[in-house]
Amino acid sequence: MAELSGKYLVGVYDDDDTVLHAVPKLRKAGVKIKEVYSPFPIHGLDEALGHPRTRIGIAAFMFGVTGCCCVLTLMIWTMGYDWPMIIGGKDPISIPNYIPITFEGTVLFTAFGMVITFLISNGLGPGTHFHPRFDVRATDNKFIMAIEVSRNSMSEEEISRALKDSGAEEVNIKQF
Amino acid sequence: MHVTSPVREPLIQGGKTYADVTEDICRHVEAAPTKEWKIAFGLSLIVLAYGSVCLAWTWWEGLGVWGLNKTVGWAWDITNFVWWVGIGHAGTLISAILLLFRQKWRTSINRAAEAMTIFAVICAASFILMHMGRPWMAYWALPLPNAFGSLWVNFNSPLVWDVFAISTYFSVSLVFWYIGLIPDLATIRDRATSKVSKFMYGTFAMGWDGSAKTWARYEYISLILAGLSTPLVLSVHTIVSMDFATSVIPGWHTTIFPPYFVAGAIFSGFAMVQNLMLITRVVYKLEDYITLEHIETMNKVITLTGSVVGVAYITEFFIAWYGGVEYEYYAFFNRMTGPYWWAYWAMMTCNVISPQLFWSRKLRRSITFTFFISVVVNIGMWFERFVIIVTSLHRDYIPSSWAMFSPTRYDIGDYIFSFGLFFTLFLLFSKYLPVVNMAEVKAVLRSTSAQLPAKIAGVAKVRQRGAAEPAYNKDQE
Repeated sequence: MAELSGKYLVGVYDDDDTVLHAVPKLRKAGVKIKEVYSPFPIHGLDEALGHPRTRIGIAAFMFGVTGCCCVLTLMIWTMGYDWPMIIGGKDPISIPNYIPITFEGTVLFTAFGMVITFLISNGLGPGTHFHPRFDVRATDNKFIMAIEVSRNSMSEEEISRALKDSGAEEVNIKQF
Repeated sequence: MHVTSPVREPLIQGGKTYADVTEDICRHVEAAPTKEWKIAFGLSLIVLAYGSVCLAWTWWEGLGVWGLNKTVGWAWDITNFVWWVGIGHAGTLISAILLLFRQKWRTSINRAAEAMTIFAVICAASFILMHMGRPWMAYWALPLPNAFGSLWVNFNSPLVWDVFAISTYFSVSLVFWYIGLIPDLATIRDRATSKVSKFMYGTFAMGWDGSAKTWARYEYISLILAGLSTPLVLSVHTIVSMDFATSVIPGWHTTIFPPYFVAGAIFSGFAMVQNLMLITRVVYKLEDYITLEHIETMNKVITLTGSVVGVAYITEFFIAWYGGVEYEYYAFFNRMTGPYWWAYWAMMTCNVISPQLFWSRKLRRSITFTFFISVVVNIGMWFERFVIIVTSLHRDYIPSSWAMFSPTRYDIGDYIFSFGLFFTLFLLFSKYLPVVNMAEVKAVLRSTSAQLPAKIAGVAKVRQRGAAEPAYNKDQE
């Protein structure tokens, strides 16, 4: 999580259904929601919030192609050019024999590349654990909605009322 | 919308709320180690220490301390290696293949099963290092110019494929497991009271906050990792089987090996998961999370894979006769009636007959019986590898080179080492990390839970609220 600053209204919900239904309701009422924090993935929530679809799959594919090329190049170069060897009467470059390692290399590059991309894109990493959060119950049993006051045209009272109406059980103010 | 088929029992029993899940799982991490845990940990350390002494002597003195001879050049070490790698496969099957198949019951057991995978692969890798005799030369297996001249490793060799397969499998499994752990580590971090645990869990949770964006990416990469792990796990045991199948030894040189090995791997792995989970469930009082339903489902997988293994044994035998190659035929005939007949029949009894007993619903749902059969299956699968390796080798082409293999105390001691290592690691895991994936259990909790009295909890909930049809398809997972 990136560093936070400013004043936030924090709505606390106790149910994943409630928060999922609250999001479109609030957005229709003109509230700009910063983010929703939950203890487990809620399907459809990121679309409801209007987050763009993640492009991590494209990154994964690129890493896979890179891995495939690197490993295949290594094998073809070492076995075919650097020190050619005839093994079992086969051509020094025998692609069928290279399939297992090419596959493993592709998987290895994809998995690691994708996970590193995931960590970086979410700002996850060692040394970030002291960053402030809206409500620590978001990792236990509460669903937390954060609304940045300065980015909304509505007044605090209006937002607060809208949050309560949408099913929030508490509304807190958090200043960073 | 949550809709649960009314014919199914809820996956998580006991009417748990989200807070209950956190509490039930975190309690064991936060509490001081219990006396039972300390005793178990002490015992595994003693076993590990004994094994380490044997291993140290193996390396100091050389592989001559094993019972190998000129004819039987591969025996316990490779048997143990294949056995442990096979056990590891169940964890990936549960976490990856069952994820792709949308099997929600896996959420209660995937964490522990994946941990088992990682520890089993570590044990398997230790046998690779052992059989090198000179483990300080282990890096020669990597694609370096051989002895730093110009000769490279032979990329045509299944043994080199194995190096890549096992190391990729280990590292990808570890990453998959760790990514799944992050949200739960964050939960523990937020509950932690002591400075040390706040710092440790905080560091490893890497600032996880559970935002919708993070969760969306998390789900996405979990799916891709599962998609990658599925062919990966199949490739690993395929390549292990090719260590044998690409040779020209009668009894090894068969094309049936890859599927047969993969089925056997899942078979023994599930048995090990059963053993571990049945104990963990009682010790940690997780009966509401790992229910009889879970145990029964795993027993069904054991029966299925056990049957595949049984069919493979019979096919192999039939082809040995039908193929008309007398060396091949002799290898199999010798397995059955030769001096190692007891190993062959132990394998047949344990692997082919015992899982068939699970056709009885009563036995399938009996915890004691499940535990017993799981042990039997693991013994049987060890014998399978022993039969394949030792009995195929011990009667060489020339009768004057026929020999028997008998293990020495170092063969046995090195095997004991792996048990010590495995249980030490597993006990550390079960004490310091959440044994059940809390976030995933919470995600399947409502759609299947008994929070509402009716079994059709989901439907009832929507009606009760009188809400309009939800605009988003919220089928969990």
